Amino acid sequence: MIKGKEFQNLTEVTVRFAGDSGDGMQLTGSQFSDTTAVWGNDLSTLPDYPAEIRAPSGTVYGVSGFQLHFGSMDVHTPGDRPDILVAMNPAAIRKNLPELKQGGIIIANTDAFDAKNLKLAKYDTNPLEDNSLLGFEVYPVPITSLTIKALENTKLSQKEISRCKNFFALGLMYWLYNRPLDQTIDWIKKKFKDKPEFIDANRNALIAGYNFGENTELFTIRYDVKPAQLPKGVYRSISGNEATALGCLAASVKSGLPLFLGSYPITPATEILQYLSNYKNFGVKTFQAEDEIAGITSAIGASFAGNLALTTTSGPGLALKSEALGLALMTELPLVVINVQRGGPSTGLPTKTEQADLLQAMYGRNGESPLAVIASSTPSDCFYMAFEAFRIAIKYMCPVILLTDGYLANGSEPWKIPHVNELPEIPVKFWTDKSTYQTYLRDEFLARPWAKPGTPGLEHRIGGLEKANITGAVSYDHDNHDLMVKLRDQKIKNIAKDIPDLVVDGDEEGELLVLGWGGTLGAITEAVIRLRKAGYKVSQAHLKYLNPMPANTEKVVRSFKKVLIPEINLGQLSKIIRSEFLIPVEQFNLVRGLPFKSMDIEEKIIDLLGGKI
Amino acid sequence: MADNNEIKEVKLTAKDFATDQDVRWCPGCGDYSILAQVQRSFPDLVNVKKEDIVWISGIGCSSRFPYYMDTYGFHTIHGRAPAIATGVKISNPGLSVWVATGDGDLLSIGGNHFIHACRKNIDLKVLLFNNRIYGLTKGQYSPTSEKGKKTKTSPYGSVDFPFNPVSLALGAEATFVARCTDRDTKHMQQMIKRAADHKGIAFIEIFQNCVIFNDGAFDALTDKATKDDMLLYMEQGKPLLFGKNKEKGIKIDGAVPSVININENGNSINDVLVHDEFDLSPVRSTILAHLTDSTEFPTPLGVFRQIFRPTVDGEIERQIEEVTMKKGVGDLEKLLFSGNTWEVN
Repeated sequence: MIKGKEFQNLTEVTVRFAGDSGDGMQLTGSQFSDTTAVWGNDLSTLPDYPAEIRAPSGTVYGVSGFQLHFGSMDVHTPGDRPDILVAMNPAAIRKNLPELKQGGIIIANTDAFDAKNLKLAKYDTNPLEDNSLLGFEVYPVPITSLTIKALENTKLSQKEISRCKNFFALGLMYWLYNRPLDQTIDWIKKKFKDKPEFIDANRNALIAGYNFGENTELFTIRYDVKPAQLPKGVYRSISGNEATALGCLAASVKSGLPLFLGSYPITPATEILQYLSNYKNFGVKTFQAEDEIAGITSAIGASFAGNLALTTTSGPGLALKSEALGLALMTELPLVVINVQRGGPSTGLPTKTEQADLLQAMYGRNGESPLAVIASSTPSDCFYMAFEAFRIAIKYMCPVILLTDGYLANGSEPWKIPHVNELPEIPVKFWTDKSTYQTYLRDEFLARPWAKPGTPGLEHRIGGLEKANITGAVSYDHDNHDLMVKLRDQKIKNIAKDIPDLVVDGDEEGELLVLGWGGTLGAITEAVIRLRKAGYKVSQAHLKYLNPMPANTEKVVRSFKKVLIPEINLGQLSKIIRSEFLIPVEQFNLVRGLPFKSMDIEEKIIDLLGGKI
Repeated sequence: MADNNEIKEVKLTAKDFATDQDVRWCPGCGDYSILAQVQRSFPDLVNVKKEDIVWISGIGCSSRFPYYMDTYGFHTIHGRAPAIATGVKISNPGLSVWVATGDGDLLSIGGNHFIHACRKNIDLKVLLFNNRIYGLTKGQYSPTSEKGKKTKTSPYGSVDFPFNPVSLALGAEATFVARCTDRDTKHMQQMIKRAADHKGIAFIEIFQNCVIFNDGAFDALTDKATKDDMLLYMEQGKPLLFGKNKEKGIKIDGAVPSVININENGNSINDVLVHDEFDLSPVRSTILAHLTDSTEFPTPLGVFRQIFRPTVDGEIERQIEEVTMKKGVGDLEKLLFSGNTWEVN
């Protein structure tokens, strides 16, 4: 190490990479995350990219960002405000500067600050030179030209060379935060195994960036973030969508049923279909359907035929699946629907996150049509909730909607991998006895028997028309309809006896409970932890089961003078809690297409407590 | 070793496929004939066990069909029968999957599912009950109603141009396409058995009379006085002849069809097109499908086309086998612990 370059210890850092959507920022960010995870930090990530695949370069709306928050302590969120911004062009500064912490670091690719890009970013003068960045620590680095220089001996075209600049930036960041390069080099080798010239170029750019940090006089300080104290075990970094896919696969293995996924590509749910398409040697059948409706209806057919049936989608797709969901609950077939929520209504904000499909999931069908609704609260939790969705669907012979969201789907965190033998079995019982079979016979949970086509003697008909209880014959009888409507409702309510109680973190009663659901867990937890440290009395509970809710939910919410429900919608859970329990609740709603910042929730809590500790 | 343990297969009869449900179609409805022909044909299906048969339907008069068949059955939602049947077949390829559907169900609300099931060649048997009217909603024009038809929603005559279901199926690359009428019971049974034997999507358009809302739509094809001149029964390898004494035939010049009398103007039977269902080119089957565009031609019945192409359900199975051979049976523990993992001690 060159003299004068000292290490400063930090407990946590929030980094944001930003550049054109063609600059490879998502790749750079995920490489930094993987290396950081293996290094031993706890972390949470937030990719934030435009809906356009390659928006016009240099524009503000074309900026693609990747934020990660890592530390030597427990990390619950991707970080409120970045400590450091890597800006590959002026638009990246224009877009991200308002979020950057006061005194934060900016590493700017000076080569991209030409007249054209400045104009596209709506700068009259170069912000690197006009003192407008006073108060920030700015490091101007000619990243493109340094990359070109480092790769001058390769046979690649100028264009190909300049596309390696993200690896230069990554190398520099590895130097600055003292991370090893080997993991990314291994990745490069694998990725470009058929193109050796790209292996050399990307690796050399990475090393050049690292060495630049080491040799330049620009940087005098490096940062060290020690590994976090995580529970013992083997870890991997996991995104919500990958965890969801693996959870579905695990349910297939543990139920012994082949998994069938009928799905139509839709952002941000598509990856689940992509992952599951790889698992053919697990017997997984993926059917890329002609539309959303065929996605769910093919899955209903698969369920009727005795398979583990799944369909995946996002908001607009769930709307299209509504009628078919009614069919699944009327015919009482097990089916899991995963809705990766995105900004709505209509096409809305396809690549951004939101929690505004709760009411659609709960009530968005004709007739009295209750079904089970559950939600994941972190990226790795998607694994367990996908598994849980199938357990409920099979045991209660009903559709289950699992709500995740764009933030959980694309965000990642370290995951302590469970062993397969630690996962519970999912018992499956197909009916075979023809002497006792009746289509709508009820077991102790009110579930009807699952009789698989191909079983001799159990030939039967089901359908969307109302059925006589027990026999399953089409029935227009008034009293029978009343009975069936109530039975279907009771069956779903019975699930409450079969799920864990709502856990209160903090005092069991008191002034204020912050009640959340879904992907806001991290932001709420961080806010509550910080405020408790500061002496505030505040408790927290998080709902993973929305329909039915845990049996003790009413008791919990009645144990506090005030209940605050932060949601990335206009108060959908608030509405449900009010109407179910007849209690007033406080709302906190920001619908910006982004996850909450914990500081926003903190402010609201302090406000509700009247600033009282 | 004695063979006396051998269990003798009892041959099923049409009655074995009837349920205890009262059939609730209108008296005189063509659907009764279709139900009867299916029940009569099914005992003859080779290598198909009763418990492996599944009937899927959507919404409409035709879609009550599964309730009357003592097989597995699913009366689903409007238009979605082909998609639900696709899920049944792909997930459980051992089943024999049949779709009962109508002109509104399959060609209007379900059009998208139908063309994709054809294109993907899912191994389904699709029976289209085409009565050219919406029956269950009591008489509105359908996608197969003729232009100008007066119905409750077209009091001044329909302004829609109708689909030709056979042409649509051929255009969507269906691998088996046939047509029959509800009145010719023997011929319908033949078509049902042919469809059952086809590996891939088998589509049969059945002209079906709706006695209440479109009675007599097919009278010209069924009246004794006219039917010989109006119907063309297509048979594999045989010249396309029709008429009371089979004196008329279909000739094709280039892509232009015409009707010739084989006993006149120096014509002979050698001028008549010989039907080839297995022709790989779709051109001649498409020309035959469009004979109904003009009243000068008879309406063809029989198999327009049968070709062989891998089914998507079969291809999915094949890929699973191949990948499993290559990679070995999936090991979840290994998969979970794959990729970049690290240990915390």
